[in-house]
Amino acid sequence: MQKRAYFGLYVVIAVLIVLPFVLPNSFYLDVAIRMAINAVIVLGLNLLIGFAGQISLGHAGFLGIGAYASAVLPTHFGWHPLLAMIAGAVVTGVLAALVARPIFKLKGNYLAMATLGLGIILSIAVRNEAQWTGGPDGMPVPAFGLFGFELSSDKQWYWVIAVLLSVSVWASLNLIDSPFGRALRALHGSEVASRVVGVDVVRYKVAIFVMSAVFASLMGSITAHYVGFVTPNLADFFHSIELVTMVVIGGMASVYGSLIGAVLLTALPQALATFEGWETVAFGGILMVCMIFLPKGLVPTLASKLGKGE
Amino acid sequence: MALLDVSNLSIHFGGVKAVQEVTFSIDAGIVYSVIGPNGAGKTTLFNLITGVYKPTSGEIHLDGESIAGKSPDELARRGVARTFQNLQICMNMSAIENVMVGAHLRLDRNLLKAALRLPSLTRRDAELRDEAAELMRFVGLEKYIEARADSMPYGALKRLEIARALAMKPRLIFLDEPAAGLNPKETIEVDHLVRKVADSGITVVLVEHDMKMVMNLSDRILVLDYGKKLAEGTGEEVRKNPDVIAAYLGAHA
Repeated sequence: MQKRAYFGLYVVIAVLIVLPFVLPNSFYLDVAIRMAINAVIVLGLNLLIGFAGQISLGHAGFLGIGAYASAVLPTHFGWHPLLAMIAGAVVTGVLAALVARPIFKLKGNYLAMATLGLGIILSIAVRNEAQWTGGPDGMPVPAFGLFGFELSSDKQWYWVIAVLLSVSVWASLNLIDSPFGRALRALHGSEVASRVVGVDVVRYKVAIFVMSAVFASLMGSITAHYVGFVTPNLADFFHSIELVTMVVIGGMASVYGSLIGAVLLTALPQALATFEGWETVAFGGILMVCMIFLPKGLVPTLASKLGKGE
Repeated sequence: MALLDVSNLSIHFGGVKAVQEVTFSIDAGIVYSVIGPNGAGKTTLFNLITGVYKPTSGEIHLDGESIAGKSPDELARRGVARTFQNLQICMNMSAIENVMVGAHLRLDRNLLKAALRLPSLTRRDAELRDEAAELMRFVGLEKYIEARADSMPYGALKRLEIARALAMKPRLIFLDEPAAGLNPKETIEVDHLVRKVADSGITVVLVEHDMKMVMNLSDRILVLDYGKKLAEGTGEEVRKNPDVIAAYLGAHA
């Protein structure tokens, strides 16, 4: 079973290597990059939601911190982009850790409400601090460079993000099948049983919340540099919901489900563009059908249909 | 000195006095049973000693150290394990992983090392997997070593809980109705299993309704009724105690 889980990683790497050579034009490459960025975020979020059984409806807020750190700090204060990215991640980590302790005393709906509130506060802050962030209009982001080498073409970005994604898949697989990961899954399965065997439940929830928030922040920075422009939409509530939907559609507690969810939900709005004004309706309809017929998400449902295993 | 000393232990839920002024002590290496009619406070007593509930008043000492009000993970560190009357199995994990979780405190739980899959960690994990498989054989679950927890029958899950508790390498294990819901054949098997656990040097505290099993296994028995201690002693003493007979059979028996 373990061998099989890592086999998927080779498939992912193979696809990532072949992809840029078969994509017909730069539009598709752009979509692929966005898919991969979302996939990394969703992997982190799935560790929190699918594996540890907690919810966050405010993850776009963390994404926003990273994105705006990368936009504001270099533009207004002349920081090096790498330093700005790290600063964004540290701020996100500290903020997530500070709010996580009180938040994880809550359960179920209350936890959802608290994270939702946090996300909304962050998105309002970004929208209102117009002198720094450009407000609702957003602001440009300087290019990302390291050691005199500047990441500019989509091809370069693609390879950087492909490596990030592969490493994230590998690290997620490792984590799940480790003492840390077992403790996470156990507190999802039975909180009281995991407490009794010695799992400090709150510490684990906080750790995975902080980790997934930092993931989101780093990918927010990368999104900002890649796109070259940030708007508050990146940090808003709908984006949080979109990320959670990717987790659920792909499959909770499924590493490969996270990838599939991110790929599908990034592609779907593009594919539905032909419906013009009705694309949101079609989008909602597809999600409903998925949830009715594949309630466990695409990958887990198909895996169990195709026989055993995950 | 006794391994576990409980004195004047009480817990109130609002006006309900679930456990009142209960005092007893358990010597190391024995099988100690807690019996009593439904609602007598047996499981509540377990929850108090294993840290799931905090006592309203009273003291609990483990090896002379006060443990009243300590959290379950602190108690786990001190070698206290338990199983649950209503199964608490992680259905999102495989059977053997449930057992491996029991060894949580004995492992390196570092997040970064785990994410990087350091060889030291994977080697230890492979050892642990063998150890967990061994424990599953010990409790009679050899068939289920490769199974998913959610595919196992009820009786097997009861034993899986015991295997998980044993993976903690505890000094003291609390078994909350290990034979509840089992058929007579399975009950006898659990009876033998509890004996085996006790023979391995672990002090066993047992809550059980199957009187044959209780009388057969116990060195000492505590009888609770309406949250109060009714009697305590050997099986023979308890059986002859008029208060116990009255509680079980009605006041006029």
